[in-house]
Amino acid sequence: MIPLSWYLILAAALFSIGLFGVLVRRNAVAILLGVELMLNAVNINLVSFWRYADVSAMTGQVFAIIVFAVAAAEVSVGLALVISVYRSRNTVIANDLNLMKW
Amino acid sequence: MFTPIVFASILPEILILVLGILILIFEPFWKEDQRRNAGWLTAGGLFTAIIISLLFGQPGEPTAVLGGMIRFDWLGFFFKLLFMFAGAATALLLMDHETAGRRGEAYLLLLASLLGMNLMAVSSDLVMLYLAIETASIPLYILAGFLLADERSTEAGFKYLLFGTLASTIMLYGFSLIFGFSGTTDIYKIAEIFSTGSISPLLGFGLLALVIIGLGFKMAIVPFHFWAPDVYQGSPTPVAGFLSTASKAAGFAVIVRLFFVGLPEFSSSWTLVLAALSAITMTVGNLLALPQTNIKRLLAYSSVAHAGYALIGVVAFSQLGAASVVFYLAAYIATNLLAFGIVMAFSRVTGLEEITDYVGLSRRNPFMALMMLAAFLSLAGMPPFGGFVAKIFVFAAGVQANYTWLVVVGIINSIIGVYYYLNVMKFVYLYRMPGEDEEKHPVPLTSSYSIALVVLVIGVILVGTVFAPFFSWSDAGALNLF
Repeated sequence: MIPLSWYLILAAALFSIGLFGVLVRRNAVAILLGVELMLNAVNINLVSFWRYADVSAMTGQVFAIIVFAVAAAEVSVGLALVISVYRSRNTVIANDLNLMKW
Repeated sequence: MFTPIVFASILPEILILVLGILILIFEPFWKEDQRRNAGWLTAGGLFTAIIISLLFGQPGEPTAVLGGMIRFDWLGFFFKLLFMFAGAATALLLMDHETAGRRGEAYLLLLASLLGMNLMAVSSDLVMLYLAIETASIPLYILAGFLLADERSTEAGFKYLLFGTLASTIMLYGFSLIFGFSGTTDIYKIAEIFSTGSISPLLGFGLLALVIIGLGFKMAIVPFHFWAPDVYQGSPTPVAGFLSTASKAAGFAVIVRLFFVGLPEFSSSWTLVLAALSAITMTVGNLLALPQTNIKRLLAYSSVAHAGYALIGVVAFSQLGAASVVFYLAAYIATNLLAFGIVMAFSRVTGLEEITDYVGLSRRNPFMALMMLAAFLSLAGMPPFGGFVAKIFVFAAGVQANYTWLVVVGIINSIIGVYYYLNVMKFVYLYRMPGEDEEKHPVPLTSSYSIALVVLVIGVILVGTVFAPFFSWSDAGALNLF
């Protein structure tokens, strides 16, 4: 059987890629994609911890399902806000949204 | 499963849900100019909910209900009352906002967020906690970007969403690792499992860092504060007031329960980290508030600084510390909502938000200027207002826990704070409008503002003078943690 640590390393790598995307990309939609990658890394963590511990306790799986639901809600609100910004400013580049500084 | 105690434990949430459904039912039947009545309904309903909860929903011995998802105790109950009070005041302030106040959705989103905050205060399970934090946050993202025609508001909502989702995802990664290493998501069982020493201090420190990033964002502590000034400035003013009070207090409610109950094993590392963050937060918040010219940005940096003062109580890690945090938040919620309410009332009439625009307010509306003086003196920590007593308790907890250096930093920062708060009052009281007769430029208050502001002023003075019952409630809550 594949050891647990492989899954954890995969999740950590995915999380880091997502975080890198969020911090480096300037397009708002790409930033939201990065957040989604991070959330999926969390799900890999949760499900693999569940599988390698007590399989009869459902906590890990339930937690992962709740994370899906919340991620969907978050992204739908996120895209709605991206559209509202695009309508008023005609851009989705995060750097251009600088009406307010300091 | 559904025994009376279960209903008693979620009574405030049930009432908030019923109120939200009532608004959904009534709002379509109201004409455009009647829709602001939803504000009366929300505020009245929340005050009724507070009274009903006090009569029928008082907790006894701390118990775990709903399969261990929720802890029914005084700490959570007192926080719930504070959040509902803040929600009611925000609804009254929102009513006369010319665009947001006429939309039923605004009140509904406020109630949804309030529901999440109430659950944040009582969650005793990581799954529930994450769900509650997101229930509180997602409606606030929408509310911050509510004014579609206003470029600043959409930008504020967008920035809040990007920083908020990033912070909560990092925190969630921390939760998943805590679940993995302890095998449970119950906060009250995590402590037992970690106390066996099965986890290395370095790993523990990493977990703490992930969780502190997420909660630090909610509480707006430095270095996770950079969203706060932009979001407060851009979002509708009542929403900014709600963000800076209830949302921040909810973050503290979580950090107190999670760290005191769930992670006491790592207390030596988190008290040190939070002590450093507290000192940096106070200093950076106060120093950046000094050069501000926009009053909402000034209040934003001042609210960052106040998170630093309240953190001293968390750092103390004692019963007095926890009680002082709860008391500090009670005083701070009333005071800061009052300050934001006055900013809202002023900008509604004049449309201006710069500090220099407040010249001659003492002659344009003496009553409002007096309330503003009460709010700003309380923020500065002057007796007989709530901010003074709250600071005393927090500093006392710090000294008792041998963090004297942190208290000294706090006192120096309070002195810096007095300067910029009084600087605003200088414009209100000492300067006059150049070449104008102030009597010809009155700043009238509408009925809903008068009610909200008077209730908040009474709250600020009550917390500062008759503080014994409030402190004994806070102390009863703190007792539940140990």
